[in-house]
Amino acid sequence: MSFHPNALLRRARVARLVLVVSIGALGAAFFRAQVVQHDAYVVQSENTRLREVPLPGARGTIYDRRGEVIAENLPGYAVSLLSPTEDSLKAALRTLSGIVPIDQTQQRAAIRRFRQAPTRPAVIFTNATFEVVSILEERRVEFPDLIIQSSPKRYYPDGAAMAALVGYTGEISEPELARLKPEGYKAGQQIGKAGLELQFETALRAREGLRFVEVDARNRVVRDAGVREEIQPEAPTPLRTNIDLDLQRYAHSYFGDSLRGAVVALDPSTGGVLALYSAPSYDINEWVGGISSTIYEQLLTDPHTPLVNRAMQGTYPPASTWKLATAVIGLQRGLVTMDTHMERPCTGGYMYGRYFKCWDKRGHGDVTLAQAIAKSCDVYFYQLGLKIGLSNLLAGGVALGFGEKTGIDLPNEKESIWPEDTKYFDKKYGPRGWNRSVVLSLSIGQANNAQTPLNMARFYTALATDGRAATPQIVAREAERMQILHLTADQLAGVQRALADVVSRGTAAGAQIQGLTIAGKTGTAQVPPLQDFAWFVGYAPASDPKIVLAIIIEEGLHGSTAAKIATKLMERYLKTPLTMTAITND
Amino acid sequence: MDMLRRRGIDYPLLIIALLLTVFGIAMVYSAGQTDVPSAGTAAAWKRQLGWFAVSLLAAWTVTRGSVRLIEWSAWPLYAFSCTLLLVVLFFGSGAGTAASVKGWLTIGGVRLGQPAELAKVATTLMLARVLAAQREQVRSLLDLWRPLVVVALPWVLVMLQPDLGTGMVFIGICFMMLFWAGVSWQLLLMLASPGISLILAFSTGIWGAWFLILVALVLWYRPYLPEGVVLVVANVVMGVVAPILWDTLKPYQRQRLLVFLDPTIDPLRAGYHVTQSKVAIGSGGLFGQGFTLGPQKRLRFVPEQHTDFIFSVVGEELGFLGVSCALALFLALFLRAIRVSTRASDAFPSLVASGFVAAWFVHVVVNIGMTLSLMPVTGIPLPFFSYGGSFLLSSWLAVAVLLRISAEGRGQADAIGL
Repeated sequence: MSFHPNALLRRARVARLVLVVSIGALGAAFFRAQVVQHDAYVVQSENTRLREVPLPGARGTIYDRRGEVIAENLPGYAVSLLSPTEDSLKAALRTLSGIVPIDQTQQRAAIRRFRQAPTRPAVIFTNATFEVVSILEERRVEFPDLIIQSSPKRYYPDGAAMAALVGYTGEISEPELARLKPEGYKAGQQIGKAGLELQFETALRAREGLRFVEVDARNRVVRDAGVREEIQPEAPTPLRTNIDLDLQRYAHSYFGDSLRGAVVALDPSTGGVLALYSAPSYDINEWVGGISSTIYEQLLTDPHTPLVNRAMQGTYPPASTWKLATAVIGLQRGLVTMDTHMERPCTGGYMYGRYFKCWDKRGHGDVTLAQAIAKSCDVYFYQLGLKIGLSNLLAGGVALGFGEKTGIDLPNEKESIWPEDTKYFDKKYGPRGWNRSVVLSLSIGQANNAQTPLNMARFYTALATDGRAATPQIVAREAERMQILHLTADQLAGVQRALADVVSRGTAAGAQIQGLTIAGKTGTAQVPPLQDFAWFVGYAPASDPKIVLAIIIEEGLHGSTAAKIATKLMERYLKTPLTMTAITND
Repeated sequence: MDMLRRRGIDYPLLIIALLLTVFGIAMVYSAGQTDVPSAGTAAAWKRQLGWFAVSLLAAWTVTRGSVRLIEWSAWPLYAFSCTLLLVVLFFGSGAGTAASVKGWLTIGGVRLGQPAELAKVATTLMLARVLAAQREQVRSLLDLWRPLVVVALPWVLVMLQPDLGTGMVFIGICFMMLFWAGVSWQLLLMLASPGISLILAFSTGIWGAWFLILVALVLWYRPYLPEGVVLVVANVVMGVVAPILWDTLKPYQRQRLLVFLDPTIDPLRAGYHVTQSKVAIGSGGLFGQGFTLGPQKRLRFVPEQHTDFIFSVVGEELGFLGVSCALALFLALFLRAIRVSTRASDAFPSLVASGFVAAWFVHVVVNIGMTLSLMPVTGIPLPFFSYGGSFLLSSWLAVAVLLRISAEGRGQADAIGL
């Protein structure tokens, strides 16, 4: 062993080098973590100790055309619990249920919510009563992980009149969550489930705010204020609709509890939906945040099917209201003018393979197209249909939009039924299972033709204006109008005159006031084994149409029933007494 | 006479040690400042302060004795500490991150201290004595049997606890002191070769390269034939047989061994803790969150924050600046102790000083490295910082011995005047 000073100094140099390099390396490692990667660790630190507590925001208010409220938010309270584990949540629920009633369903829902998003507080009561809130608030200290916060609740002031239209909101479901996660949806949030609420979810969606609580290593809340700046919920811009709430309410009151059917009212120049109502209706407020199973069961099993939105999901034979389509197709093809007579006058029926009755057994005699429209002469339209021919009639109907949806801005619109071409019959009945006499029935709006009231209203917006059909729009935007009537100005004026003029000479009683007349067409649809359904589709005032209205009354027996209600509704909208002149019968 | 006495004190060394201890107690105090009250840690700093007083008293007492006296006491101290190590194997209990380790001497439920702390000092003294007495030039590993036995005895007892961290400290002490005694690097490399083989065994290629180097070294250095053969065989066993044995182990047995070597692979417990420690340090940034204000610590995300992971608190609250200060103080301590060692009057004190540096160095590197997960979580404390009486005491005993050596060193007064 050598301890010569020089040897020792040499070893000391090696030792010093090792020491300096090692400590320097440690310093470098700390520099890397604390200075270079600092930001990432700060984020990680906050993720570790901060828990987000959502501040529920309010959904956008929905207004009608006059600024009346269709959907708003009422103050409510949500109670939730921040738990480190499922077991501790269950334990807390057990303790809590000794203080306030929490039923099994609510407990299960809370546990499900916890599983969906363990770092978010699990909601126990989405809409706690004031009583529950005050009991829990009193014993706050015992439950530091309990979070009680205001949580706006959706409310529809005219819920019963609005069921067909506005839809409702509810807690986001797991499939919805899976689909919408990329858009920032989180478990427990409210989402539009139907109607306008679903269609305009993006616009109406509540912009949730956030506050932060600090938890310790065991996930217990240590501090819940001033940990990090809160993000306040943002109010979405309100949604303005074309709906006329007054008209909608009026329709609801008019239908009452006894009538079944639907009403659609459109602004012919824009397609703006003024009213869309389906009876029987139900209070949509029951659905907000989850409907009780009893009420749901009731609605589901009701023989009058209140859950079917008749205005856009009910399809009915349009009957005489459709004769205008036959007339338009004939005019477009140059087969007739408004003054054309048919070969055979109406004697109350027409033989074509079998006997096709006119609705009026007495017959209408030799009439022009204008008169045929006025009197709704079936025999005239049978012959016109034959002149047009089946294929052309079908193609004409397709061109007028009878086989499609209107494209209204509401979900789940049902497509109207109209055969695209003759293959439809081959497919449905077999090549020999039908004969071409079906053209007679089709030309008077019967047979394989089933239209939603909404689609009929759309067709009449074209008749009421310059031949352009307006796409129905609940929410106002640029009008979408499509030229579906390819008539000359004279032809169109003739049709309109037939609808109005003829009508004014018609059977309807009552004084005419300043030319404010209704133009329109009644219809009586045969829907065996039920009683006849009453149709009316028309517009007013005839000279300068401001409203197109389609109405169907199931088992209303006679078109005049529908027409009477239509008149009342149009008057209500126009705030002017109207002359009931539209009654032509069939 | 007073002048001489005062000059005899190695003030830089003393001041560095005092600064480190005050810094450490301040951090123990901060570690107790949490939002979540927990019994024991809040008042730990007071107890640590008490231990500091005891340590200073003990240190003063030690400086009264000469280096000769210390050299004489090496034998009884060594025997005593080995006996204690043997005793704790049967009556020991665990604590902290090393809860499964039987390291504590406990009588009637009262933890008296960790004999391993004393053993480190005693083994250093004993090793220095043996090496200093060995005057002939060391040519072969066989010549080193006496010092190796001195280290092996406490090392085996510590590894049986099992306390890998302290075991590493003994190895550090051993190699440093052999190096300081002038054992050639070739011999040191040969001595370390079985261990290196074990570490490199994970890759056949790397191990193969290492084995070629070793064979070349053996051929060039030409140790005694049996020694060379034993060395080569030992390397083959470690590098080839160990992996094969490893493969025959059942998965749970492997897991046990792996967790022993690196608890971070146990993600639910230790792995989580190390992650939290890193997050605390990283979020400290350049200037830290402020003394006592670190949120990770306050919310007790930092594990064992007043003992093994106290450096995480330094990192979080005092930032890179505080970390740099602490590292600089440690480096200063080491360099000062090396200086003491080079100026020592004799082989024994010089070796003792180098052994103390090695022990502290392993503690500092392994402990601080652990907080950033650069090192396995072995649960060895940070000198002067970690809460714990026996380690503070033994560290200050070492400081006292260094002060005495410094005072008796060349160019110094021959008596220390504390």
